[in-house]
Amino acid sequence: MAKRKTRECGPMLMQGNEACARAALAAGCSFMAGYPITPATEIPEYLSREMFKSGGVFMQLEDELASINAVIGASWGGARAMTATSGPGYTLMQEGISYAVETETPLVVINVMRGGPSTGQPTCSAQDAVMQVRYGAHGDYELIALTPSSVQEAFDFTLRAFDLADRFRVPVIVLSDEVVGHTREKIRIPEEVEVFDGGYQGVTKDFYRPDADGVPPRLEFFTGNKVIVDGQLHNEQGLRAGTEADICTALIQRLSHKLLDHMDEIASADTYDTEDADVVLVAYGSVSRTALAAVRKAREAGIRAGLLKLNVIWPVPEQLIRETCRNARHVLVPEMNTGEYLREIQRVTGADKTSGFSSIGGRYPTPDEILTVIREVVRS
Amino acid sequence: MNTSAEKYIRKEALPFIFCPGCGHGIVVNSFVRAIDELNIGENEMACVSGIGCSSWAPVYLKFDCLHTLHGRAIAQAEGLKTVQPDKRIVVFTGDGDCVGIGGNHLIHAARRNIDLTVIMMSNYIYGMTGGQKAPTTPFGASTKTSPLGNDEEPFELYPLVRAAGATFYARASVTHPVQLKNAIKKGMEHKGFSFIEVLSPCPTTAGRNIFSFRTPAEMYDWYEEQVVVLSRAVPEAPEGKIGLGILYEDNSRREFCEVLAERRKEAME
Repeated sequence: MAKRKTRECGPMLMQGNEACARAALAAGCSFMAGYPITPATEIPEYLSREMFKSGGVFMQLEDELASINAVIGASWGGARAMTATSGPGYTLMQEGISYAVETETPLVVINVMRGGPSTGQPTCSAQDAVMQVRYGAHGDYELIALTPSSVQEAFDFTLRAFDLADRFRVPVIVLSDEVVGHTREKIRIPEEVEVFDGGYQGVTKDFYRPDADGVPPRLEFFTGNKVIVDGQLHNEQGLRAGTEADICTALIQRLSHKLLDHMDEIASADTYDTEDADVVLVAYGSVSRTALAAVRKAREAGIRAGLLKLNVIWPVPEQLIRETCRNARHVLVPEMNTGEYLREIQRVTGADKTSGFSSIGGRYPTPDEILTVIREVVRS
Repeated sequence: MNTSAEKYIRKEALPFIFCPGCGHGIVVNSFVRAIDELNIGENEMACVSGIGCSSWAPVYLKFDCLHTLHGRAIAQAEGLKTVQPDKRIVVFTGDGDCVGIGGNHLIHAARRNIDLTVIMMSNYIYGMTGGQKAPTTPFGASTKTSPLGNDEEPFELYPLVRAAGATFYARASVTHPVQLKNAIKKGMEHKGFSFIEVLSPCPTTAGRNIFSFRTPAEMYDWYEEQVVVLSRAVPEAPEGKIGLGILYEDNSRREFCEVLAERRKEAME
């Protein structure tokens, strides 16, 4: 790990989107490419000036296809690189994300969720890209998705996203939403941050030979490696092996297992009053704030409720969820979608004791609405 | 292998994916000669390509290689170039990759005048998928997806790319490899967006479907009849012929990375 000074530090008032942008600069990100889209636009707006001040590059490109691909190119050029988008823009980026997974290209995408389908509700919040983030592109793969619920977390998680991307050579999604992106609140930016700078091993011909942990060493262009980066499934030297079943099987499995085998390093969650809880709420992103308020109200009313707030939703932190919810009689999953992550929780905790609360159409759930559902599940 | 091939061709990637009679091997050969004459060091250049037969070219070269997605070579090249502005970035692409699925990136990169050298191998057809019509297929031509005759007009690439803002445009043909090598050299020496259109026959699909040639040799003879090398004596191609040479060069416009560097300097002051 290396220490990096931040440009401005201390307590500040800002939007979640600005916090993401500031965290990127703090992380040493030196390339951003993007295309304007509500409600993520403040990120490119901020970086269109500040990135140059930090000696980096900002490009507004012709579309999201170009943006994600330019980010891939910049990443191989040795830069920490990112883009930011929402809804239809993230949909357009899928082929690039699939390519980044396959070529093990570190990069960060900030996805500030808005309501869909299609143009949907550009100015309203939603959590309806949860499954898309996991399954949006073709191919069997895993990637990492972090879910900030506040402006402070928008900063902290974006900072962490760059480290995870480099550590595991994987695209990392900061899955924010319109509420987090546009809320203004106090955050504290530290004077210096620690960033991951390891993983290099000098010149090699085995660009994709994993270390013992399943992750190949970090590589960049113009350092004598003569790397072959190719979207076709390849052997450890980067040469195409699309028709060799054994090589392809091993690669596909490794791409997922390099993350699944390190969930102790990746998973992150906060718990509130879960030890003795009859009802455990599992929430993530902005909804976890309402869920916490509902849990507190429930406690005041004498109901033993608790909250498991997930900070990483992909890969699914199964062990953590299972252990936290083991003694609960009910598990409740409030979400701003029709129950996307509910299915994952049901898979882990059992469908019989797990139900969801769905708030869609641009409605942000209130603590009282969630409290009503908590009362209902307790009664049943 | 000859010495420049030894120096620049990645032996472990051989044999080439190209069919017998394909023009793309001549493009790789001419490219290797061009960079040898320019004396480009191994850490001074990266090659970027999209999807299609032509886009396999950089995989055989001993340079860092980004073999990207269909149509996205120029977009990835732009990201790479802007963070490594001192390096040479060459894009190998085909007509379908570059002006079909990647057409939007082509015109915008040309507009930015970013210092990329784009070598577009044009063969009038989608070869890798087996011979479907492309944005360069002649009107009326029969292909696997235009069995009744192509119902669309092909792009006129030179006016398109020039109007978009490219500051260098050359046309070459694999039937004239020395002229091809020189066009690549000139394109790489040009500071700004350089586009080199290379006529590269595909006997396997275009030869069979569009033109009904029996052999690659017959096809190459026909190509040779179609082209004329432009010179002072022949500044323009006669009616019905395709002119080869540097059709356009403008050194007055500023290159994109230089503009970025200036913005950065101003912002950091």
